[in-house]
Amino acid sequence: MRKGMIFVVVCMAMGLISTPSAWSKTKPIKIGINAPITGDIPKVGEGTKFAAQMWLEDVMADGGLTIGGKKYPVELVIEDNEAKAESAVKVATKMITEDEILVMVGPQASKQAVPAGEVANNYKTPMISPWSTNPDTTKERPYVFRACFLDPFQGPVIANFIKEEFNFKKAAVLYDVASDYPKGLAEFFKKAWEDLNGPGSVVAFESFTTKDTDFSSQLTKIKQSGAEFIFTPQYYNEVALIVQQAHELGFKAPIVGSDSWGSAETVKLCGKDCYGLFFSTHYAAAGAKGETKKFIDRYKEKHGYVPDDVAALTWDAMRLVETALVNCGKITGKIEKDRQCLRDALAKVKDFNGITGKMTFTEEGDPIKCAVVVRISEKGEFEFYKSVCP
Amino acid sequence: MVFFFQNMINALQWGSFYALIALGYSMVYSILMLFNFAHGDIFMVGAYIGFGVSTGILALTAGGAIALPNWLILVLTILFSMVLTSFVGMLVERIGYRPLRDAPRASAAITGLMIGIILETGNLALLGARRVSFPSLIQTATYNFGGVYVTNKKIMIVVVSLVLMLALDQFIRRTKWGMAIRAMAFDYLAVPLMGVSINTIARMTFAIGSALAAVAGILFGTAYPVLDPYMGVLFGWKAFVAAILGGRGSIMGACLAGFLLGFIEIFVAMIFPSTLRDLIAYSIIMLILTFRPHGFFGEPYSARLRL
Repeated sequence: MRKGMIFVVVCMAMGLISTPSAWSKTKPIKIGINAPITGDIPKVGEGTKFAAQMWLEDVMADGGLTIGGKKYPVELVIEDNEAKAESAVKVATKMITEDEILVMVGPQASKQAVPAGEVANNYKTPMISPWSTNPDTTKERPYVFRACFLDPFQGPVIANFIKEEFNFKKAAVLYDVASDYPKGLAEFFKKAWEDLNGPGSVVAFESFTTKDTDFSSQLTKIKQSGAEFIFTPQYYNEVALIVQQAHELGFKAPIVGSDSWGSAETVKLCGKDCYGLFFSTHYAAAGAKGETKKFIDRYKEKHGYVPDDVAALTWDAMRLVETALVNCGKITGKIEKDRQCLRDALAKVKDFNGITGKMTFTEEGDPIKCAVVVRISEKGEFEFYKSVCP
Repeated sequence: MVFFFQNMINALQWGSFYALIALGYSMVYSILMLFNFAHGDIFMVGAYIGFGVSTGILALTAGGAIALPNWLILVLTILFSMVLTSFVGMLVERIGYRPLRDAPRASAAITGLMIGIILETGNLALLGARRVSFPSLIQTATYNFGGVYVTNKKIMIVVVSLVLMLALDQFIRRTKWGMAIRAMAFDYLAVPLMGVSINTIARMTFAIGSALAAVAGILFGTAYPVLDPYMGVLFGWKAFVAAILGGRGSIMGACLAGFLLGFIEIFVAMIFPSTLRDLIAYSIIMLILTFRPHGFFGEPYSARLRL
């Protein structure tokens, strides 16, 4: 019995020694995943982890990544940033200096991605944040990229969509003047719409303040102005009130929103009034096609639920890393050189086919990509309607 | 013209809420010479109690135990919530205000603010930050009068508010209890000597004010079916402005000023950019108060004013 145990231990030790030696010629490529596994948004961390692991499975099933005709094993370094800015910085520093990762994927939320991006940029290590929409994450940081579009970007997207879909001429905007996101988006939309339809084509630009519940005077004004639709980039609780009150005032034209509508609460609070309305977002699970559907089905089978936008964007970020690595052509083993090579390859990525849309990076490291327009179906589900590009 | 009438309708609905809540401020003030700053939050509590009662009744009827038409559920919800919320009001009076009756008025005012915070955060602890959706008990029907759109909900809100205000007016003027309230408002030192308990009357005014706030909360829930724990704060302040504008302690003034406030808010947004709505609306009210510091029906400051 005792001898048997010793034998097993020796075998395991042998295995431990022999494995790295088998790979000694090709050092594994290390990819850091900086995710909020615990803290306020654990679901985001879970989606990140699951999507990254699914990608790793694919790569390892192939026997590693083929770069310049050579196969390289890949290793994920997954660390928890507790959804805190200071932890995200600590994790980033540790990954870059101790684990010697080639590239970092994450953090997800802007609160962590903005400070962690600073670290990555200082250490000249490429970073891709899949989910952070704040412009500061990538601003003046050549080593930092993101996989999602920025907030202001949705303005032109929706303007284009309405123009194409309905050929309307007169727009109305209703937004919360006291909140950054809606205010910014409302202004970007106004500009984009006026570029398309000429000055004065936004016939009503009405606002309210956070916590207002009665929009009857603004909506009456909008109705009076002859607007053909309303754009309202609000959060779900206001969406419900705005839509219902508009209908009660006899406004029957479309009401369009942005990705802030994309919460299950929207339909819960708004009910039938919201059916048939459109909003723009990163990705839609219902009605997805092609690669996107494949990813959703695989994820659902494995983890038992439909992946949200974080998981899909993380998947795209991993695939972006893969593409850039392959484009890099060769891995020298010198970490600074490889990081530089990877960053340059990422910056040059063109027409990358992601499951959340086609992407090309700008100089700032933000993707030019298409947004998804979602229609709220008669069953209250978010249905993929159309992919719209700026 | 259509535009104008549409806004009139909007303003009538909006003003009803202010009027109903302002009544609670005024009634308590007339008896105790203090503004119950927790009143906005009692309005919130009323809305949530209404939410709880109506979902409870809906669950009962869905179980098949009893079948009730929706309008009856609404009536029952209003009645039950009025009773329950008036208990909350009486509790607030007993715990928060009675021990401080002889303390300086500033202390009582601060107590009111604290009770407000307790009610808000208590609700937050109980139900979480998620907003709840008030069940739609009546199917919205929209009527079009030559371009002016009116819903059955709007009509109901205005009619119920007016009926309640008239009922309160009759109660104060025609009943013995009402007479006691009026007498107490006239001289709160002499009336107890006549054998009328100030505690009973204070409790009653809190109960009536809270019951009216509960009705306002439920009507608010049917018109704007998204409830959150802080919905009463700003609303309470604005209704307080209405109470001041009407003249402290004046029932009639509170009603009129409530509607006036609704009209000013809606019509300012109609004429000026909506971003400036509250800025302009409340500047106008400031101006009115500069010329009429006691409001429309208020009496000038007197020795008995203790705030």
